[in-house]
Amino acid sequence: MSDADVTKGVAAEKWPGSALPALGGAPISAPDAVPSALRPADGSAPSLAQVEALLAQIPDPEIPVVSIRDLGILRAVFWQDACWQVVITPTYSGCPAMGQIADDIAATLGAAGLPCRVLTQLAPAWTTDWINEATRQKLRDYGIAPPHTTLPAPSLQPVRLVPRRDASPAVACPRCGSERTTETSHFSSTACKALYKCLSCLEAFDYFKPY
Amino acid sequence: MGAAARPEPTAVPAADTPSATLDRATRIAYLLHLADNALVLGQRNAEWCGHGPVLEEDLAMANISLDLIGQARLLYQHAASELGPDYSEDRLAYFRGPDEFRNYTLLELPHTGPLAPGARADRDYAVTVVRNYLYSELMLRVWHGLQHASDTQLAAIAARSLKEVRYHLRHSRDWLLRLGDGTPESHRRVQTALNHLLPYTNEFWLHTALEQAASASGLGVDMASLQADWAVAVDASLASASLQRPAAVANRLPLGKQGQHSEHLSYLLAEMQSLARAHPQATW
Repeated sequence: MSDADVTKGVAAEKWPGSALPALGGAPISAPDAVPSALRPADGSAPSLAQVEALLAQIPDPEIPVVSIRDLGILRAVFWQDACWQVVITPTYSGCPAMGQIADDIAATLGAAGLPCRVLTQLAPAWTTDWINEATRQKLRDYGIAPPHTTLPAPSLQPVRLVPRRDASPAVACPRCGSERTTETSHFSSTACKALYKCLSCLEAFDYFKPY
Repeated sequence: MGAAARPEPTAVPAADTPSATLDRATRIAYLLHLADNALVLGQRNAEWCGHGPVLEEDLAMANISLDLIGQARLLYQHAASELGPDYSEDRLAYFRGPDEFRNYTLLELPHTGPLAPGARADRDYAVTVVRNYLYSELMLRVWHGLQHASDTQLAAIAARSLKEVRYHLRHSRDWLLRLGDGTPESHRRVQTALNHLLPYTNEFWLHTALEQAASASGLGVDMASLQADWAVAVDASLASASLQRPAAVANRLPLGKQGQHSEHLSYLLAEMQSLARAHPQATW
């Protein structure tokens, strides 16, 4: 699929009935029932729930143990203009996985014979706070320390502090659970992770940075 | 960038009425100023990819470049949607010449001290750190203000970019402290970089008609309102890093954001744009 199929950055208010869920992993908010007049013509049309279930299986390209829904990237799905409209929100501005995710959505629904269009929505900005506890456990089991919650409100003041390692909340090792860990590098294999080392079991591990 | 490139030179087309022309041209020029800043610094920092002083810094620069180029893409996409169907992010990034770019001169300078015309030197990470620090300290405030821009798409881009610049600032400030308060050699190099680069920040505070119009319309931030806070933060960091703020250089007023660049931007763009221009209809 080319970028031409992806509408970039359209404002939230354009989506009918897609009030956004507060948390990733919560039920995807969309019209409860697709009006029958808008359904595909044949009687075997899949329900919204079935389409959501298909989408919820799509793994994140870089962390395949969690789905795009688990991470809160999948924001809404609804039927309009004779196809399924799937709204995703990018993580980091430069995340190279976004194109892959749009491709995967088109391929998944395409394989099920469902016409679709992938839409990108920027606001509200994605945050790691949308990752729920079940997903955090999946990350831990995979060897990635899940993110701490972000600061209450983005303001200028907190970032003015001198970075002090001992003032940051401890990041527990996903392997042995020890909180005796140290940051090796603030930037790691992907934009969303930092590299840590456990001082108890001496294993290196990734920490999913709060965003 | 994403889609097929177009070879035509870019010019802002005329709109229907004089007032619409002003508003639309102002909006687009302001978006391009922000986008060009992000793209040019992203491209500069990416020069460290595979050449970083240590592996962790190689990763950091690649990640920060990815953020900046991602911000540039969103802004170019937004500007292209305003310009019309003939425009794309690729056309804006790859098919405009140096005199059409509106980035701060600071961001296009090589990772070296001042050079005589045509001279070359090894990259100095101290220059990279100081530049990223000065720019991040600015953009933290710019993105914070632009979260409330009247243009909702710009506000959405700002909300995301604010999250990213906080990490960029943390990284560059951390290294500013380590290098400034490190060995005599690291201190000397970061002080030299500061003496070289700080005068270029004069451009941040030059009031242009474009920025005043953008600010007055609610699209942009009032840069003058950020200056005192930025200076306080920079002075605090310099003090923590045992660095001296160089004496003000009154006769240095770069004009990159008005399209008058140093020679360095041409070389940067030539390298960045050559592939797209050699294959103008290519898709990938």
